[in-house]
Amino acid sequence: MNFSVALDLFPLLSGLLAATTCALLGNFLVLRKLSLMGDAISHSVLPGLVAAFVLAGSRNSGVMFLGAAAAGVFTAVLVEIIKKLGRVEPGAAMGVAFSVLFALGVLLIEQFARQVDLDADCVLHGQLEGLVWYGHPETWRDAFTPQSLAGVPREIWTQLGMLAGAALFVGVLFKELRIAAFDAGLATALGINASAMHFALMVVVAAATVASFEAVGSILVIAMLICPAATARLLTDRLATQVWLSLAAAVLSTVAGYTGASAIPALFNLPAVSAAGSMTVASGVLLVVAIVAAPRYGVIARVLHRRSLARRVLIDDLLGVLFRQREAGEPESSIQELAAAMPGRAVPEAVTLATQAGLVSRAGARVALTEPGIERGVDIIRRHRLWEHYLVERAGFRPDHVHDPAEVLEHLETSPPEGPVADPHGREIPSPPASS
Amino acid sequence: MSPVLHASRTKQASLAERSEHSEHNPLSVHAVTVAYHRKPVIWDVDFDIEPGRLVAIVGPNGAGKSTLVKACLGLVPRAAGQVEFWGGSYATSRSRVGYVPQRESVDWDFPVSALDVVCMGRYRKIGWCRPVSRSHKRAATACLDRVGLADLAHRQISQLSGGQQQRVFLARALAQEADLYFMDEPFAGVDAATERAIVAVLRELRDEGKSVLVVHHDLQTVRTYFDDIVMLNMRVVATGPVNEVFTNENLHKTYGGRLTLLSEAAEAVARAGAGAP
Amino acid sequence: MNPGTSITEVLEILTFRSGFNTTVVIGGTALLGLAAGVVGVFALLRKRSLLADAVSHATLPGIAIAFLTAGLLGMEPRSLPVLLLGAAISGLAGTGAIHLIVHHSRLREDAAIGIVLSVFFGLGIVLLSYIQSEAATGSAGLNAFIYGQAATMRTADVLLMGAIAAVSIALPAVLHKELALVCFNADFARVDGWPVARLDLVIVALIVLVTVAGLQAVGLLMVVALLIIPPAAARFWTERLWVLLVLSGFVGAASGYAGAAISAAFPNRPAGAVIVLTAGFFFAVSMFAAPRRGIAAALIRRARLRLRIVCDHVVEAMHDAGVDELARTDFADLIGNLGWSPRLVAPVRLVLAQQRLARPRPGGGLSLTEAGRARGRRVSRNHALWTRYLITHADIAPSHVDWSVDQVEHALSAELIARLEADLAANPAARPEPRAAKKASA
Repeated sequence: MNFSVALDLFPLLSGLLAATTCALLGNFLVLRKLSLMGDAISHSVLPGLVAAFVLAGSRNSGVMFLGAAAAGVFTAVLVEIIKKLGRVEPGAAMGVAFSVLFALGVLLIEQFARQVDLDADCVLHGQLEGLVWYGHPETWRDAFTPQSLAGVPREIWTQLGMLAGAALFVGVLFKELRIAAFDAGLATALGINASAMHFALMVVVAAATVASFEAVGSILVIAMLICPAATARLLTDRLATQVWLSLAAAVLSTVAGYTGASAIPALFNLPAVSAAGSMTVASGVLLVVAIVAAPRYGVIARVLHRRSLARRVLIDDLLGVLFRQREAGEPESSIQELAAAMPGRAVPEAVTLATQAGLVSRAGARVALTEPGIERGVDIIRRHRLWEHYLVERAGFRPDHVHDPAEVLEHLETSPPEGPVADPHGREIPSPPASS
Repeated sequence: MSPVLHASRTKQASLAERSEHSEHNPLSVHAVTVAYHRKPVIWDVDFDIEPGRLVAIVGPNGAGKSTLVKACLGLVPRAAGQVEFWGGSYATSRSRVGYVPQRESVDWDFPVSALDVVCMGRYRKIGWCRPVSRSHKRAATACLDRVGLADLAHRQISQLSGGQQQRVFLARALAQEADLYFMDEPFAGVDAATERAIVAVLRELRDEGKSVLVVHHDLQTVRTYFDDIVMLNMRVVATGPVNEVFTNENLHKTYGGRLTLLSEAAEAVARAGAGAP
Repeated sequence: MNPGTSITEVLEILTFRSGFNTTVVIGGTALLGLAAGVVGVFALLRKRSLLADAVSHATLPGIAIAFLTAGLLGMEPRSLPVLLLGAAISGLAGTGAIHLIVHHSRLREDAAIGIVLSVFFGLGIVLLSYIQSEAATGSAGLNAFIYGQAATMRTADVLLMGAIAAVSIALPAVLHKELALVCFNADFARVDGWPVARLDLVIVALIVLVTVAGLQAVGLLMVVALLIIPPAAARFWTERLWVLLVLSGFVGAASGYAGAAISAAFPNRPAGAVIVLTAGFFFAVSMFAAPRRGIAAALIRRARLRLRIVCDHVVEAMHDAGVDELARTDFADLIGNLGWSPRLVAPVRLVLAQQRLARPRPGGGLSLTEAGRARGRRVSRNHALWTRYLITHADIAPSHVDWSVDQVEHALSAELIARLEADLAANPAARPEPRAAKKASA
């Protein structure tokens, strides 16, 4: 796409500001299982906004913020009241509070349609495309002249201020927010007022919602409060890292979404689609990618880990069988014999893998342990029999129950305690290989 | 030691003969292993329950007592092992099994009366989509009467005391008219009246030739309330008639010390059971 | 208010006398409210209320895709059954996505609901903006699904809505016993052989059905309120499931009726918002005024209990001090010494007199009756018993005992008292110090 300073700079910047602000705060919502409070507040600030409009008679940012923040706190308080005094289940309490407030907002908009320069549709998808830089500079050098700055839309300044505010809030209270998120009881014990933190967070979320939704719409706000933080949560266990990753995810989905909104339809000669909607979808796509491909918690990682473990177990089991044959005076075995000894297992694959690893050698259909293979086989059998001994002597297993657990335990890093020279079945427990 | 209740065999022979299914024990648990989130809770558990016996499962917190009950009933997946009811699968014997879940497992602020809850025990007999008929309500009321709550049949369940709620659960299980009962901590936090009522019902059930497996936490009352015992700490430490098995030595084995290497090993086995082929 | 609408016109609309189509719309919306109220009860009892929020938002891309697909296939793209089918499919896909996220990642259900809600809706907006830009097809019809447009519904649309609503009433009517069992105790149901997963799916399917039925009349942003608010409001009034179902259905139907009628009378009142606010009004009234569960009832109960406690403390203190009569100032001092506010002096005197525990004396004092002396003896006794119990049976430091006594001696059961009596008789040492003396010294 062709980037136009006049047409694209501020929509993109506005999206970035909204996304990063929301993502920053979203980390604490997701951790505290309050994800849906973001949803609730972004619906229920509507009546606060309309009331502020009507009272102030203009889109005065200060009054708007007051109205929205008041509505945000009111929502949080209302949810608590319905939950505690009405004994209503938390989910339903939230549902009651935000849907009634939202409906009130919709009705007020219709009622004061003439006074209020707001329509319900723009509340949902925002007006990103309307953020045009009138009188934009020709060169970057001119960007900071008074004339150029005067053309910067008011929304951008509001959002910049909000990002700074949110960053300050999180930066200053990071420790307290973290403790309150993990353990409200501990926080109280340490002298941190957990419920004050809760309401402070709600106020900031409400303010962020208002600052952002005018430009990007409330749906993108909800998405950015949850998706980047959820994505980051799948990538790390450390909260500080999670916050930075969530910001990165927010930036990435904004840029990808904004670019994609015009570039992808253009491929098919179609007109551009809603940028805010497309950013929302991008944040969802990024989350799906994280669910599937996250290094530790991703679906792929878990499958791969399980598979490599299964391979190692397969090779070890093959070596075990070969070693037992060898003990019985059969230094070589055929694939058929091995398959009979390892029912239901992929013996040819095991032989191939073990050959590649240099642990067995093949001559036609005959398979034999190599020198390193013998060493590892000794080790496996030793562990297996030591575990059998341990399970019978220490854990009270019956001797005929220990083979299967020991088959698993022999692959562990941890060794069983040293035992006698014979296993519960009277077989010799070999000494550890000389080299190790 | 050996999990089957050998010692009680001869004594129970007469009861067993009365039972139609004398050749099979009501419950036979074989090599059952269960893991939650890859953490093993019980490992390779074996034991049998004979007809007409009251059996306690005891063990420290986290020993896997409730998990064992849930694993028997198929409420948690088993990583390994089998559970047989009268020598067959659970699916075929379902109608002969009754269940008393932990009291805390449900929301007691639910808009039903004590009688409504007891009627739930009859739903299986009533069948799909059919209303609860008067005869079933009478049967349910009779069950409430057996636990001493007939007066409170129409009271909303949140207005019952903890002990009364527990007795409602017991009455519901009675309404199931089962031959084998599983009860998860029925004595937890109940008053003396409830405890007496539960014990009386347990003894009646035993006298009818039914068996009851009870997750129990009060070691003081094990001897007076129960015939057999399963002492559990991730593994079955001992099982058999209470007067033979409930010894200081076994108590020490069950409650003393943690078998760290064992739990690590069990974790590995459970992980393998849940994950790899 | 629309100046063109007179009171008589409004009355005509409210009483179904204002033309066939309006009547059909109002009746259909009331039926929808009834269905939502009934289905919502099970969503509430299964603690799945907010699932409906995700489902309703997730219908948007389905509507858009159905519109585009129908257009490609040469069908009438704005055919309501096609659009609602698309909505239902994508609503179900949304619940499926929530299920997948919860089971295949470490994210919890609240996050999953928020994710599905926003991302599906975002996708819907993308598709809508595309449809909008295709000037030839036009999309005014689709935007109506977001905020709802009851007034412009055609009779055929209302009939479809009514049919879906009727199905979603019939299903719980037949299965209410099984659904209630799963909601109350899913584990027991599973052990008893009921297919819990499938019954849960029935609840989800009912939520999707009601949502889809309500799309055109109420709009997808507000249909969720019809599923959540009526059952929550009805719950305040009853402890019986069938009453709850009837009441919740009634609140839903009344909200639907009011919303559709008012928006028919006043063009600038969107039906969805009015419906939600009507339901919200029912909720607020219920939460405040319902007997037993309502806030007012709870406040009255608490005030009564407090008065009873103060009265008990007064007669106990008088018993312990061996006093039968108090002058006005002594009485006020006693209340103060017991740690209560002086504002309670007059009410306590009144209650004591009402219960014939004390006779008021001229000048604001009072003197105990025989019943009052007996009560004082009993409270003092209970106090001693309870203190005894806490010291001997529970490991609580004796210095902390008195505080707990204040809270619980009024809740002792007769049985417990009998047991403690025996205990105290066997062990007569350690009676607590008199209450007023202690408070005064502290």
